[in-house]
Amino acid sequence: MKVNGKIISLKTNIDLIDFLRNNDYEISKLAVELNGNIIPKSKFKDIIIQDCDSLEIVTFVGGG
Amino acid sequence: MNITLNGKLIHTECSSIYELKKSLSIENDNIVIINGFQTNQDYILSKNDSIVIIKKGVMPSKDEFESMISARHTPQVYNKLKQSKVAIAGLGGLGSNIAIMLARTGVGHLLLVDFDIVEPSNLNRQHYFVRHLSMPKTSALEQQIKDINPFITIDTKTVYIDESNIKALFSEYEIVCEAFDNPISKAALVNTILTELPSIKIVAASGMAGYDSSNSIKTEKKMKNFYICGDFKNGAKIGNGLMSPRVQICAGHQANMIVRLLLGIEEV
Repeated sequence: MKVNGKIISLKTNIDLIDFLRNNDYEISKLAVELNGNIIPKSKFKDIIIQDCDSLEIVTFVGGG
Repeated sequence: MNITLNGKLIHTECSSIYELKKSLSIENDNIVIINGFQTNQDYILSKNDSIVIIKKGVMPSKDEFESMISARHTPQVYNKLKQSKVAIAGLGGLGSNIAIMLARTGVGHLLLVDFDIVEPSNLNRQHYFVRHLSMPKTSALEQQIKDINPFITIDTKTVYIDESNIKALFSEYEIVCEAFDNPISKAALVNTILTELPSIKIVAASGMAGYDSSNSIKTEKKMKNFYICGDFKNGAKIGNGLMSPRVQICAGHQANMIVRLLLGIEEV
């Protein structure tokens, strides 16, 4: 699968929220697009990501 | 031929700027702006040219004043921007500077939203002055914008923005500018706009603390309707403060992306 343009191999099918947590993302500080669609956070646990998926993860740092 | 002089359509028989100035008894030390460009040179007039002549030190009439404020803009841009609406969420180092830039650019309708008042620790990067201390940021900024361009419509809301009021605050706007400090609030606003208000474009920011290279701050289009400016890594944290130059560079990126979107350009 693709994550932010980089190809990675997905060992097992996994839901989106576990994928993000396993990769040290802070769920409260990001926005996620899966195959071109923005995914509401309430759906993160229902979505199983697959090897053909393309994921764009935007994280926010503080300051303004 | 017909030309526009100080915002008014007029008919003239003059064929050049020098002739026009002579016919109007205008001295040579006045400012002449031709289709957005200030020059002392003579120029052969063509029909539909937009000419602004400013008598230095003389307060113009209200009608002439607006054409003078917009005289250095690329022709046609001002009219388009004047009819545009932009909402700015958060009036700190990013939002206050973005609001001032959009006002100077002539964006006709601004919504300014922030819950907070001006504090001394804001003055290192935010567009406020000592006289604004303890004032709500919304009022302090509204006052400044009226002093820059009195022809702009300003709405203010002194409220804390969260998921419960985002739809009500922003549904009428074509572009929302995310200008918060807190990364959780940034993410909440971006996610709510993109999922619940899918016709709105959002221009956000992430990463502008410290004094790393200016050139590490950039604008990227991340998703449909979602633009983000910053270096994407330098967050404000203990030992890494927010400083005026990089905050303003990032604010400039956001303001220019907003202007581009208002003019129909979707590439960064």
